[in-house]
Amino acid sequence: MAMGGVVRMETDQLTQAPCGLPFLRSDRPFVTLWEPIFMSYRTTLIALSALGALCIGPSPALAQDTPAAVQARKGQFQIMALNIGVLGNMARGTTDYDAAQASTAAANLVAISMLDQSFHWPEGTDNMTIDGTRAEPAIWENLPDVITKWQAFGAAATGLSAEAGNGLDAMRAALGPVGGTCSACHDVYRAPQ
Amino acid sequence: MHRIFTVFCVMALIGSVAAWAVTRPGVITDADLDGLSGDPIAGAAVFWAAGCASCHAATGATGDARLTLSGGQRFVSDYGVFVAPNISMHPQHGIGGWSVAQFVSALQMGTSPAGHHYYPAFPYTAYRLAERQDLVDLWAYWQGLPASDMPSQPHELGFPYSIRRAVGVWNLRYLRDDFTITADLSAEATRGRYLVEALAHCAECHTPRDALGGLDRAAWMAGAPNPSGSGTIPPLTPDKLTWSQAEIAAYLNDGFTPDFDSAGGSMVSVIANMAMLSDADRLAIAAYLKALPAP
Repeated sequence: MAMGGVVRMETDQLTQAPCGLPFLRSDRPFVTLWEPIFMSYRTTLIALSALGALCIGPSPALAQDTPAAVQARKGQFQIMALNIGVLGNMARGTTDYDAAQASTAAANLVAISMLDQSFHWPEGTDNMTIDGTRAEPAIWENLPDVITKWQAFGAAATGLSAEAGNGLDAMRAALGPVGGTCSACHDVYRAPQ
Repeated sequence: MHRIFTVFCVMALIGSVAAWAVTRPGVITDADLDGLSGDPIAGAAVFWAAGCASCHAATGATGDARLTLSGGQRFVSDYGVFVAPNISMHPQHGIGGWSVAQFVSALQMGTSPAGHHYYPAFPYTAYRLAERQDLVDLWAYWQGLPASDMPSQPHELGFPYSIRRAVGVWNLRYLRDDFTITADLSAEATRGRYLVEALAHCAECHTPRDALGGLDRAAWMAGAPNPSGSGTIPPLTPDKLTWSQAEIAAYLNDGFTPDFDSAGGSMVSVIANMAMLSDADRLAIAAYLKALPAP
């Protein structure tokens, strides 16, 4: 397949427009006309904010405001990520496959999947209500679906645990479905950054 | 006084004719595609690189269901709701009855077979930069895709955005024939530029838009508000995306960040596409991203 170049249109009514409308072809966006005003306003605002912050003193660190339940659930996902990383690096070939380590990591994932989630997701801990979380309000509107997706992670982790010690290819094949269950939930219920 | 009025009328007439002429939807004819023949195998790679399924498969479709381009996904914007149409091979409800020239006109001119403008929610602005051979290959691949009899739903746009002709004015300003990144690039990054700018249209989400909804080329890939929900779409410029080339390529394949966090949101679907590309192409995309100028 030959990719790599550009096709340039031979005829183009844009650049050969007979009547001009030159302002439409300007490289300067329309907004630049009022941008200086906006910029100076913004600069002033930032300066005032900085002054205000100096007067009030430092605000408490965000982590101290984050509810314990949110910190706990984020911690559980970090443990998942750490153990998936052990397996993922082997699957990518960035580390050598080690059957014992792979089995341990997979067993940890199964263990996390068995944690009851009841206390990790109190009402009012979505990203519209508090800072410090990317959990979408849709979680609380679709709890049965969220639980189904969490159970799917458990099933995939169990499958991975059965294969993790059976060689790189077997582990790699069983890791894919686990990643799929991460994505299935994040696709719907976690906001981008 | 009478004479001034006459001059005014003549000027207005000339202006109207000129406006009509320059906002007319462009077409690509069979003659423009003369000598090109489609290879469906090569077209499959174009299909995944171009990300067609991410918008045109049914809402929530996964696996092989992503090949059924029945449409129906809703894209909420400042201008109203765009509803992805059925572009499956169905002869009535899809595009199965189109000619290859009509297909390429849609992709590169944003023009429908009936001669109307498409809205730029459909990234013909990116596909315009694609090699025509690739689009002819894509059409050959399309012939083997399933048909769906799901009727397309109309967009839900308020006035004045409901006037399709106005897209012709928008096209004068934003439908361009040049790549954004024009610096000297390695062969690998040049291939990456083609994949990113002409096919995968990453910038549609990762680049902010100006007041008229056009991509702000001065802030290319600098991150932007999430068009379809809360949060922001992260920047991809190398000052912000500090992953190595290999880490970016691996992420596009298995969906894991270097910390083994998993992708979320629209990137899940994007990675399902990117995972179908060759390792070389994923590395090429990563090489291009590493070569982006920091804003």
